[in-house]
Amino acid sequence: MYGATPYWFLLPAFVVYAAFLLYPLGRAVQISLYEWDGLSLATFVGLANYADVLTDAALRAAFGHALVLIVFFAVLPLGIGLVLAALLMRARVRGLAFFRTVVFLPQVIAMVVVAVAWRQIYAPDGLLNTALRAVGLDALTRTWLGDFTLTLPAVGLIGTWVCTGLVTVLLMAGMARIPQDLYEAATLDGAGPVRTFLAITVPSVRPEIVVSLVLTIIAALKTFDLVFVTTRGGPGSTTTVPSYEVYRRAFELGEVGSAAAVAVVLTALIFLLNLAVNRIGERER
Amino acid sequence: MRVSTAERVANYAILMIFAALALTPVVTILVTALSPETPADAQTGGPVHWENLTRAWDQGRFGEYLRNSVAVAALVVSLATVLSTMAGYAFGAFTFAGSQVLFYVFLLGIMVPAEAIVVPLFFDLRYLGLTDTIWAIALPQVAQSIAFGTFWMRAFFRGANRSLIEAARLDGAGHHRVLWQVLVPVARPAMTTMVLLMFMWTWNEFLIPLVMSPTGQLRTAPLGLALFQGQYTQGTTLLAAGAILVALPVVVLYLFLQRHFISGMLAGAVRE
Repeated sequence: MYGATPYWFLLPAFVVYAAFLLYPLGRAVQISLYEWDGLSLATFVGLANYADVLTDAALRAAFGHALVLIVFFAVLPLGIGLVLAALLMRARVRGLAFFRTVVFLPQVIAMVVVAVAWRQIYAPDGLLNTALRAVGLDALTRTWLGDFTLTLPAVGLIGTWVCTGLVTVLLMAGMARIPQDLYEAATLDGAGPVRTFLAITVPSVRPEIVVSLVLTIIAALKTFDLVFVTTRGGPGSTTTVPSYEVYRRAFELGEVGSAAAVAVVLTALIFLLNLAVNRIGERER
Repeated sequence: MRVSTAERVANYAILMIFAALALTPVVTILVTALSPETPADAQTGGPVHWENLTRAWDQGRFGEYLRNSVAVAALVVSLATVLSTMAGYAFGAFTFAGSQVLFYVFLLGIMVPAEAIVVPLFFDLRYLGLTDTIWAIALPQVAQSIAFGTFWMRAFFRGANRSLIEAARLDGAGHHRVLWQVLVPVARPAMTTMVLLMFMWTWNEFLIPLVMSPTGQLRTAPLGLALFQGQYTQGTTLLAAGAILVALPVVVLYLFLQRHFISGMLAGAVRE
């Protein structure tokens, strides 16, 4: 009855979207089946580039580092956020609005700026080492971004800094919905703060926990700017991540097919995560 | 809930500790950016050395990078807003053959990371001679923003008052009149949130401008900052001043319109 009208409204958006997102996505899948240096003729290699993701030591290491980053981007902020939000919602103190503004701020600052700021904190004579020396812990000072074992956790902590505010604000919104009489009943039954936290607060914010985990896990998987600016994958290759491998392989090493395969795997992982969440979300409803 | 005074005090302490932790990197960079660059500078002027910002603007070429960023952001946000408002109207106000499938196709784009499209885009756009142009940097981001914007505007138009549309249609208004003169004015809060998020994502984007401008002719602000850092290891002051200039536009918008940012990022959580 509307005839072609909706299609005309859709067309301009669809053309740009198809040309600059759908088509490149398809091309990425296509390129991932070839061995190609970006210049000469490509050779069809089937799924060999995908097999490499499982067997190539450098790629396995990169995905392993991403797993470590997930701990820092997702698990740690969730733990901190749950306790922090629960404490703040228990006793309604003043200044919550200001607190929300401040802890959410890292989310809107460009990651490059965040990385520049943290490089200064981690610098040999930066804030962290200065603080350690001031309290007599000189033995702990080090080049935080040049240490083979500690650089990855140091980069991860930047992620914790970025993500904790988002998670806390999300959880606070969820906890605001919990009816107060639930807590009062539990207190009358003699439940302490830890019991009520585990039996009432945590189960009530399950949807928020799931959403925040997805957001932060995806942020960890997509870490690129942070690594590019702080470490460039170093020292050695101790902080390489999948996104960085995509860039390095495509534009520095001339392994475009392999880069595309890593990108496709990364995309598939993100799809699966979202799918899993939708499944969980539907079951809850 | 009634809690003891001790707990209240402890809560204030926790509040302040976490606020301080969140602000430490911000304060660090502010202090570095506004302290004297050279011993000679330390002798002149007051305690706050604003001249570092102008130096970063000129010597650090951040003025040029920021102009590039403004151009890219203006192009992306305006194009993506118009196109996704139209697409959102199509999905929200009509039921048509294939609308379900097409909507899922658009939704897909919200999840696709830039990493996945940037490799083929670079080689294909280079073949077309489009790399190092504003189009190569902007159009992929328009596509990404359209995916989010269509999703966002569809949700709004779904919830919009049907009778409003029907009344306008009965008055003989064409579909474009209905959309732009009846619905868009009502949609202003939702559209503000969308525009702000699109602006923030575009302004802060790093990978796409990095790849699409291989010769570095067209550096956006975050890119200029990252490469400035690689070039001058000693210029910490100007680096920090540049970082302030890069972060400032979004931070200022956030401070004034934070409700839009927070609600949008939590509701539109599907992206990222």
